[in-house]
Amino acid sequence: MKKDLSIYIHIPFCLHKCVYCDFLSFAGRSISDQVRYVSAINNEIRLYKPFASRYLVKTIYFGGGTPSLIDESLIESMLETIRDTFEVDRFAEITIEANPGTLKYADLLQYREFGINRLSIGMQTADDELLKKLGRIHDFEGFEKCFQDARRAGFENISVDLMSGIPGQAIHSYVDTLTRVTELNPEHISSYSLQVEEGTPLANNAELLSEIPDESIDREMYAMTKRVLSASGYERYEFSNYAKPGYESRHNHVYWTGGEYIGLGTSAASLFKGERFTNIRDVEEYMQVLTEAGDEISNGTSPELLYEAAAKQLRTDITVMYVNNRMEEFMFLGLRLIKGVSRADFRSGVGNDLASVFGPVVNK
Amino acid sequence: MSHLDQSKIRNFCIVAHIDHGKSTLADRIIEKTGTLTEREMKAQVLDNMDIERERGITIKSQAVRIIYNAKDGEEYIFNLIDTPGHVDFNYEVSRSLACCEGAILIVDASQGVEAQTLANCYLAIDHNLEVFPVINKIDLPSADPDRVKKEVEDVIGIPAEDAPLISAKNGINIEDVLEKIVTDVPAPTGDPEAPFKALIFDSIYDSYKGVIIFVRVFDGNIRKGSRIKMFQTGTEVDVVEVGFFGAGQFIPCDEISAGMVGYITASLKDVRETKVGDTVTDAENPCSEALPGYKEAKPMVYCGIYPADGAHYQNLKDSLEKLQLNDAALSYEPETSQALGFGFRCGFLGLLHLEVIEERLEREFGLDIITTAPGVVYKVHKTDGTCFDLTNPSNLPDPSEIEYMEEPVVEAEIMVTSEFTGAIMKLCQERRGVYKSMEYMEENRVILKYDMPLNEIIYDFFDALKSRSRGYASFDYELKGYERSKLVKLDILINRESVDALSFIVFADSAYDRGRRMCEKLKKEIPRHLFEVPIQAAIGGKVIARETVKALRKDVLAKCYGGDISRKRKLLEKQKEGKKKMREIGSVEVPQSAFLAVLKLDDED
Repeated sequence: MKKDLSIYIHIPFCLHKCVYCDFLSFAGRSISDQVRYVSAINNEIRLYKPFASRYLVKTIYFGGGTPSLIDESLIESMLETIRDTFEVDRFAEITIEANPGTLKYADLLQYREFGINRLSIGMQTADDELLKKLGRIHDFEGFEKCFQDARRAGFENISVDLMSGIPGQAIHSYVDTLTRVTELNPEHISSYSLQVEEGTPLANNAELLSEIPDESIDREMYAMTKRVLSASGYERYEFSNYAKPGYESRHNHVYWTGGEYIGLGTSAASLFKGERFTNIRDVEEYMQVLTEAGDEISNGTSPELLYEAAAKQLRTDITVMYVNNRMEEFMFLGLRLIKGVSRADFRSGVGNDLASVFGPVVNK
Repeated sequence: MSHLDQSKIRNFCIVAHIDHGKSTLADRIIEKTGTLTEREMKAQVLDNMDIERERGITIKSQAVRIIYNAKDGEEYIFNLIDTPGHVDFNYEVSRSLACCEGAILIVDASQGVEAQTLANCYLAIDHNLEVFPVINKIDLPSADPDRVKKEVEDVIGIPAEDAPLISAKNGINIEDVLEKIVTDVPAPTGDPEAPFKALIFDSIYDSYKGVIIFVRVFDGNIRKGSRIKMFQTGTEVDVVEVGFFGAGQFIPCDEISAGMVGYITASLKDVRETKVGDTVTDAENPCSEALPGYKEAKPMVYCGIYPADGAHYQNLKDSLEKLQLNDAALSYEPETSQALGFGFRCGFLGLLHLEVIEERLEREFGLDIITTAPGVVYKVHKTDGTCFDLTNPSNLPDPSEIEYMEEPVVEAEIMVTSEFTGAIMKLCQERRGVYKSMEYMEENRVILKYDMPLNEIIYDFFDALKSRSRGYASFDYELKGYERSKLVKLDILINRESVDALSFIVFADSAYDRGRRMCEKLKKEIPRHLFEVPIQAAIGGKVIARETVKALRKDVLAKCYGGDISRKRKLLEKQKEGKKKMREIGSVEVPQSAFLAVLKLDDED
């Protein structure tokens, strides 16, 4: 019986850095960089050949950065490499994150042809003024057009990302955003309250910081989300994720239930063969290690050895998932889901009885 | 040594206001009399405890015997007795004074006569000591010896015309002081043939010798092998060793006799068997009467001391036991608190005493402790006619059983420069002080006398005094007695659970204000939880103040995708570490710092 596996690919290229973003992403990289990077990703995929036969890929997710920025052919090549290396489920959920400012209808058609069946578009807000404040490269109109293009291109599973607690955002503006989104009727909506992360342009901008709505408004907005979205048929299935029945994000679900996933590319995280680890962040180094690995593959070096060697150079922050770690995570991740954590799942996922481990805390 | 020639003995002490140079002068005197060479001197040789050195104040009485070859060619024996300078230790000071015939009064040449200059001087005079003044710190640019001499004569009323003008720090004119000791301090006049009679003015516990008692012999003599008896406790023991004090060391000899200051060791195990102020006599040939002036050391301030980690209870117990060996004034008794578990109710002579003990527990014994709010002893008169002393607020009976309550009141004497008179009078009034008198010392210095409740003074009165007078005020107080007062017990509830360790007795009219401030302080100290935490102050179940620690939610709601999970793990690990420093009160985690913070309700306003 093959085990389920999810694959995440990180594309760290953007046109412009949004002020709040703390993901690994760079603006102003050349096409040749992008090509080299994708080449490296493909090598990383091939490294997993020794284990691939034990798995069935159920979800694939292109994140970043702006995956939609790079040439579609590059996306195609990564999907091809995955298909060459792994068995991919016929009904696998394949998502690509997109920024409205970088998508054309033609690109969307291509994505459909490659088998991508889910689109996640970052909208953040319908308020153009706020979009500018955030450093976004599009306006609401641009977003709308992108959305309509996606529908025309045949995407039947679209997710929209929203943000509350934006500097200068008033409750009515947020509610307006929510309303407009429901009018467009995507299958899935995520809405997160803006978190100020260290090192981001926002964190160093005292003026913007001072405009962030205070906590009580933030909480109001959170409450509003549920109110408006459930009225339009969206069910809250995780703290900040809403979906029409049946359209929950299958890829993210894997994170919250301790399932296995491989993260490819710089800064990507994995939970694979009982270990959590994160790839290095340095793009040059990443590409170098994998270019060398690629040469070795051509030379016919043992794949197992190659995997070990590359793993040593690419991975940081390695945690072996012993039972107690797994149990803790099962709870703090699983409890994010509205459905919560069931004793049966806990037992089959971890092997111990939930009550005997966490009983006293639960009772409290 | 055959009986000493008493005419060549001088027993004296040095009294002064804090920082006027008492310890430095003592060092110089010791230096100049050749008992120790300059090289052998460490700074302030008489303070041989670390804490004392740091704070610069003497806590334990120490005595030293030095030899002086005077200008008249004769050899004199000086017994210098060092005394605590802090108002908390008045009784010990007075017993040390009782050993002396004279006192050197040091006055700072620029600061002049200050509150404790007066207090200590009167104390010395009351003990029939001959007091002669010495003007110190003449090296300072602001020194004004003539002005100060006049102040001494006018304010204190002792002649200061021939007062030696010295700089103890720089060793100037110390000879003059030594000569004055010879001429102005009377020799002792006891009877060497009468039954042995000596006054205990201090004691220490030594792990080899047992308890060592410091005595001033008035009549008779004592030698090794004799059997002595204590008047107060009735204890009888055989003398193992007698001797006198070199600087920082014990020097045994054959006998100590009338007029001398020395020590006796007698295999005593418990320092409580030897009370300061008690009379020692020969068990075979006792004297008829004890020396006058004995008083039981009575604690004025109490607090609860708990181990931060319940597992260290025994360590705390052992440490208190050890501390008490050398500190008969420290009292402690086991008690329990719902909030803090098992601990002790401890009694101290005053807030300084409490702080020193606290510091010693933390530093010398390496303990992590929580102290509850210090409080004074109240007298509770119940409706059934009985009366008891209340040392722990948790023991206050139901209001229906209380007829009335009394609180201790002190006579406070505050010296301040006149520009701050108004501010200080306002402060005293705020602290329920009753105005008694105001006297001008010179045009710009005032002595204010107020009767004040002790519980208004023990927290931060002194700090408030200093800050409102820009440091120029000084103050001294003495217990006057107990007065009837409207008092209530203020309870603090965290998440609707009463925390007994935070309860305290407060004057009814101050309750609201105090309760409000405590809630505000606690709000800042208690971390945010996943739920709202109400903090309330209540009197007998009625809430009089409230603050709320808001729930935190944002962190919980943040995205948690693949890359976020290890970050979240690390956060959890950190929180686990942080939890170890918390006390759990119901479902609320309260850090140790919260208990401490509410004790220091400064007058920031």
